[in-house]
Amino acid sequence: MGETKKTPFYERHAAQNGKIVDYSGWLLPVQFPQGLVEEVHDTRKRATIFDVSHMGEVSVEGKDAEAYLQKILANDVSKLKDNAIIYSPVCYPDGGVVDDILIYRINSENFFLVVNAANTDKDYEWFQDNCSGDVRLQNLSAEYAQIALQGPNSKSILQELTDINLADMKFYRFQADVSVAGVNSIVSRTGYTGEDGFEVYCKNDGALTLWDAVWEAGQKKELRPAGLGARDVLRLEASLPLYGHELSKDLTPLQAGLNRFVALDKQDPFIGQEALQKQKQEGFNRKLFGLEMLERGVPREGYPVMAGKDEIGWISSGSYSPTLDKFIAMAFLDPEVAKQGEEVDVAIRKRTYRAKITKMPFYRRDK
Amino acid sequence: MKYNVIDGLKYTQQHEWARPEDGTAVVGLSDYAQDKLGEIVFVELPDVGAEVEAGKSAAVIESVKAVADLYAPVDGKVTEVNEALLDQPEVINQDPYGEGWVFKVEVKDESQLDKLMDKPAYEEFIIKEEEEE
Repeated sequence: MGETKKTPFYERHAAQNGKIVDYSGWLLPVQFPQGLVEEVHDTRKRATIFDVSHMGEVSVEGKDAEAYLQKILANDVSKLKDNAIIYSPVCYPDGGVVDDILIYRINSENFFLVVNAANTDKDYEWFQDNCSGDVRLQNLSAEYAQIALQGPNSKSILQELTDINLADMKFYRFQADVSVAGVNSIVSRTGYTGEDGFEVYCKNDGALTLWDAVWEAGQKKELRPAGLGARDVLRLEASLPLYGHELSKDLTPLQAGLNRFVALDKQDPFIGQEALQKQKQEGFNRKLFGLEMLERGVPREGYPVMAGKDEIGWISSGSYSPTLDKFIAMAFLDPEVAKQGEEVDVAIRKRTYRAKITKMPFYRRDK
Repeated sequence: MKYNVIDGLKYTQQHEWARPEDGTAVVGLSDYAQDKLGEIVFVELPDVGAEVEAGKSAAVIESVKAVADLYAPVDGKVTEVNEALLDQPEVINQDPYGEGWVFKVEVKDESQLDKLMDKPAYEEFIIKEEEEE
């Protein structure tokens, strides 16, 4: 790992006594003094602000931008309208995953890609290596800061700072060139928590103005900070995959159950399409399932899952869920053996603990 | 001092406390350790009758994010465990020196207890550890 980087909000986290850790080379708060459990409740019931400036941003411009994206994305961008966003895996030829990303369509010749922090450099290289035609790529990661404002109070907090009507913005829609507290921003109705919320991107020079304005506007609405720890638990409760856990170069999006984001019959072939079509036909020996512990025990990444004496898979993410007050996990299991509603055992240190295979997501907000 | 350190207890460098009590020692996690771990959600207790060894793992304490061993402060046989923690592990966060005790161990060698830190020494130890962080 190279040198660690600070986001524009570092001093704000320090002032809030955030516990700072090195996450993919970025110094970010993992939790605040109120603790991860409170941060999860804060997000579900009120609103929290997250620094997600570590996320990477790549712009794709040019006449062939859409055709190029059709080639590198498993999802179909041809249906995407201006100001709309889709989620897509990016695959290797064998169907393994380079990264899972968001694609913002500004117009047919201008797209804004949001990629995972740990994958930014690798992705950018992959994008360049597979680039052809009239396509201009730019890695904007170092220039952009990003705030995630999540929770039911998010809309009313952000609305105080902008003239656009946020109520008109649907989930997975965005607007660019929006003034938020006077700072030129991209505002999208997106998030990684399973709650309503917004993500706001701006250039680094306006970032602190934006943060302080959101913080100030949030004080009347019980806005609190939240860290990476809460973010991870929130996304697990909402059963959202995390690269390196549910997706990797050795795990395909089909195994992770992301079928609706993989346009297997897309006319313009994408990298990995053939391999994934084949996998769909032939099946696979590990598929993602949800687990709920029946005995008290914390399922954690890497723990084996057993059916009797047979090891049938492993935990990819697991935690105590503050929202459900249960211990939950996502696990890659043998689909021949694992069936929803059935019981399995999770091996934790010296013994095994009973768990039930359940449907995902574990948590879904009331709409 | 931000953390509560109780007089009359003995402390280890791994942040356990031991309270001598009629030939046994009651063992738990210090306030500093529970604070560092965060919300405790699971405790794995030793078996009553098990032989534990000073400096070796005797119990496991898990918070939402971390798994931590609780090391035995002395050699000896476990005489009692705090089964209430199985259902309410958060009691360690709430009352680390009282209701949050973890197990009791028969003390074979009193000198092992004497070697542990007292309140002033442990406070100094915490301050140093905080500075290094």
